[in-house]
Amino acid sequence: MSSRPSKEVIEKEMESFNTIETPVLKEELFVHKVYDEIAEHFSQTRYKPWPIVEKFLITRPDYSIGLDVGCGNGKYFNVNKKIWLVGSDRSEGLIKCATKYNSGLNNDAIVADGLFLPHHDNRFDFAISIAVIHHFSTEERRIEAIKRILSKLKLKTGQALIYCWALEQENSRRGYKEGMDQDILVPWVLQKKQEKRNKKEKVGVKDETVKESTTNQQQQESKELETKMRYYHMYKKGELVENAEKAGGVVIDHGYEKDNWWIIVKNA
Amino acid sequence: MKFLTTNFVRCPIKACDSSPDSFPLKFQDTTLIQEEQDFNPQFIAAMLERLDWPAVVSVASDLGNNSLPSLKPENISWEDQENSQLLKDLHTLLLETKIVEGKMVCRNCHHIFYIKESIANFLLPPHLAS
Repeated sequence: MSSRPSKEVIEKEMESFNTIETPVLKEELFVHKVYDEIAEHFSQTRYKPWPIVEKFLITRPDYSIGLDVGCGNGKYFNVNKKIWLVGSDRSEGLIKCATKYNSGLNNDAIVADGLFLPHHDNRFDFAISIAVIHHFSTEERRIEAIKRILSKLKLKTGQALIYCWALEQENSRRGYKEGMDQDILVPWVLQKKQEKRNKKEKVGVKDETVKESTTNQQQQESKELETKMRYYHMYKKGELVENAEKAGGVVIDHGYEKDNWWIIVKNA
Repeated sequence: MKFLTTNFVRCPIKACDSSPDSFPLKFQDTTLIQEEQDFNPQFIAAMLERLDWPAVVSVASDLGNNSLPSLKPENISWEDQENSQLLKDLHTLLLETKIVEGKMVCRNCHHIFYIKESIANFLLPPHLAS
């Protein structure tokens, strides 16, 4: 009973994605809009911190001040209470989740664009940007996004941890691997919302047969409607380090964790 | 948005990057609430060192609070009993004061950013986002 769209459906979507004229509009339709629509559901599935991110946050000196660029639902807000950070995300839906789930914490969340961060240059001790940069649809914009993060860090000491999705993830169920197209659309199926809607449909309907058919029809319709495609650029080995260097950064450490490439980078 | 955060946000428009007037933003037509948070004097003392104090005074004044000293309290040890009231007051201001509605205006380009339902939005209209 997989409601995952077929290969043909995804290819068709990719064709329409490719006809969109500007990268800004591509990201608007295939990233921002989608996250706003799936925010609640997405947020319920994103609560477990990744080990390397956790370690990076825990090892910051006490009372460090940082940024979480593309913070999503703020799942890293609660890792270390002795640091302070401002999270930002392009999706208002996700920032609403971040504020709702973290109301007892000192950290804060705002809506902002990664290429137009509303912060001072050279002021922050650290930054994290976890699974975000891969949503920018050209290499130029991905490099610019890293540049923007670096510009906010203290010149000599500031460090950023950046994660991007890897092309090489043969052990995962998704089966992306070397040699595949790096620019892809990934479906998100909104099942939760669909169930709720069906329940609502049943209320007040007396005739059993009518109820059955309406529900089935509704289910099929909403299934197609609720599949959302997000754009990703899957990073191949070495590419993230290369992007960071082009952005003017010095890579201190890098590696691979859970289908992602990561780097710790500072200003040159 | 918490009061503390106002000290770490400025106008994101590229043309304002080098202008000292892009920070602090001017806060107008604000609605505030007080929301209780755990008090950690050590945290507040550490934040105090990192704050741009004139900006704290300016934003507090925008919000109708003119009681802050114009000079930043220096060398505030959190362990010193003498400082406990000061740190408590700062805690109330910085972490417990939340702006739920309002406008943030750049003093350089005069662009208005909005805070709605406690969320500050710094997205730019297309003609400014290039």
